Amino acid sequence: MTQRAIEVDTLRKEFKSYSSRSGLAGAFRDLFTRNYKVVPAVNDISFTVNQGEMVGYIGENGAGKSTTIKMLTGILTPTSGKIIVNGMNPHKQREQFVQTIGVVFGQRSQLWWDIAVQESFRLLKKVYKVTDEQYDDHMNHVIKTLDIEPLLDKPVRKLSLGQRMRCELAAALIHNPPLLFLDEPTIGLDVLVKLKIREFLKEINEKYNTTILLTTHNLTDIEALCDRVIMLDEGSIIYDGALKHLKENLGDGKELQFQFLEKVDLQAVKALTTGMPVKWALDEKEHIFTANVEDHDELVSMLIAKIVANYKIKDIKINETSTEEIIRNIYEKGAVEVG
Amino acid sequence: MDKYLEMIRIRFLMMLAYRTNYYTGILIYSINIGAYYFLWKAIYGAKTDIQGLSIAQMTTYVAISWMARAFYFNNLDREMAMEIKEGKVAVELIRPYNYLGMKTMQAFGEGIFRLFFFSLPGLIIVYFVFPIQFTWDLGVWGLFAISILLSFFINTELNLLTGITTFFLYNNTGLIRAKRVVIDLFSGLILPMSFFPGWAQEIMKFLPFQGISYIPSMIYTEGFTHQQAIAALGQQFLWVVILYLPILWLWSIAKKQLVIQGG
Repeated sequence: MTQRAIEVDTLRKEFKSYSSRSGLAGAFRDLFTRNYKVVPAVNDISFTVNQGEMVGYIGENGAGKSTTIKMLTGILTPTSGKIIVNGMNPHKQREQFVQTIGVVFGQRSQLWWDIAVQESFRLLKKVYKVTDEQYDDHMNHVIKTLDIEPLLDKPVRKLSLGQRMRCELAAALIHNPPLLFLDEPTIGLDVLVKLKIREFLKEINEKYNTTILLTTHNLTDIEALCDRVIMLDEGSIIYDGALKHLKENLGDGKELQFQFLEKVDLQAVKALTTGMPVKWALDEKEHIFTANVEDHDELVSMLIAKIVANYKIKDIKINETSTEEIIRNIYEKGAVEVG
Repeated sequence: MDKYLEMIRIRFLMMLAYRTNYYTGILIYSINIGAYYFLWKAIYGAKTDIQGLSIAQMTTYVAISWMARAFYFNNLDREMAMEIKEGKVAVELIRPYNYLGMKTMQAFGEGIFRLFFFSLPGLIIVYFVFPIQFTWDLGVWGLFAISILLSFFINTELNLLTGITTFFLYNNTGLIRAKRVVIDLFSGLILPMSFFPGWAQEIMKFLPFQGISYIPSMIYTEGFTHQQAIAALGQQFLWVVILYLPILWLWSIAKKQLVIQGG
């Protein structure tokens, strides 16, 4: 039987947002009374995550991702709604609850800045009441996989970002939690470190059946790790489901790029393909003609045939719509119409 | 309990990571003691005692107050304000410990470090430079030890209170500075309580500040009789208990309306 790791029901968080009046007179008035309005950062969202799932939690900046994570980890109190994580109420049973989770905030360090990494580990080991055997058994492996052995005796402030992030990840796993929250863990990292971290996350997910909730702007991370995505926009969930499903339904267009040997007029090209469902665009600088078509096999070949018959071609490229583009389209439209 | 002891150890390591701070600290404290010594010498002039304190007692009072300050003093309020402003408090709250308890332990680690590596060597230097009366009465040392421990708690509680206000005010640099001046002045560090005008002394009796510096220093210089000393310790203890209540109250409110700055 699959267990529920996270259960969220009509969760809502409102913030008071103050606005300053303009001018000097306004500033004086602000001293006494201030204008504010209540802004919902998270707007009645509901979802559940099963034990062992890897879920991507995505959204634009300010969509409410971090706020949700902070409520799920018990840092913030929700305005209303119900959260049960690992069978506990994160805010009410905070000290007991945080024993069962690991958190990595990509933008803030949880290691002590001035002391060696291993001292931080030692303190965290005590804090989470991890026994020596458990620590040796689990952490030796983690340290080896993340390749941080040579970094352990260095103070955190002397580590590069990539080195630090690997140590952060190890620190979050000292107590081998069944649920791991990662808030932009790969921000600013190079490709090699990113790959290493991804591999590692996959491995612990398989080995310990660890549930992972990942927020990131890097969609390749999500593609590599998560089967399921939850997409957030202005505090509401606009999509919750398989990533594959999203791609199949919305990413069915193809993009064709042409470069011609001779000078060609955009109007002429448009005139040539009248009657076909094609959208043309021209990059003036590079003289690249881009055609967006739907993914019917015949349409693509018909279009190419027609162009080749009429113009001399220097280069031709066929691109599939990337996840990034799909996501961008969704953000622009503000909703997902999955048919 | 293990984790709290470990925190003290970590704080030791952190203090050692910044050795320069530590050396300049000794220098600054010695200069302060020297400055106050010469100031008081000028004030005393030909007089043998003022307000019941002789010049030798006064010098000892100054030296002891500054050395005790090294133990009870900490920047907990500033640290908390920074952690809250930068949003680092989020990381503290995902750990299975009591944030305020851990902060107190950090301050305690810092205090013990300074007591042994800073106050004691400093006091030996000062002893050879200025005419200070050291007591060898173990009973006095015992009472003094209890007293500075209590003053550590009073001062730390005041710092925690000031630190927590960051949750509500978002920027409380002014408040932190004001608190520091108030403590230095009203705790008896700069001026013993008995030098204040009578009405001010009456008011101060109802405030926690003299428990921070005046009481331990008076116990050590034997400006108090034994009964007075015991009563003063009781008063300190009472303040430790009283100040704990608003901390609990403010902390529970703060957690509810906590806003984490920056993402």
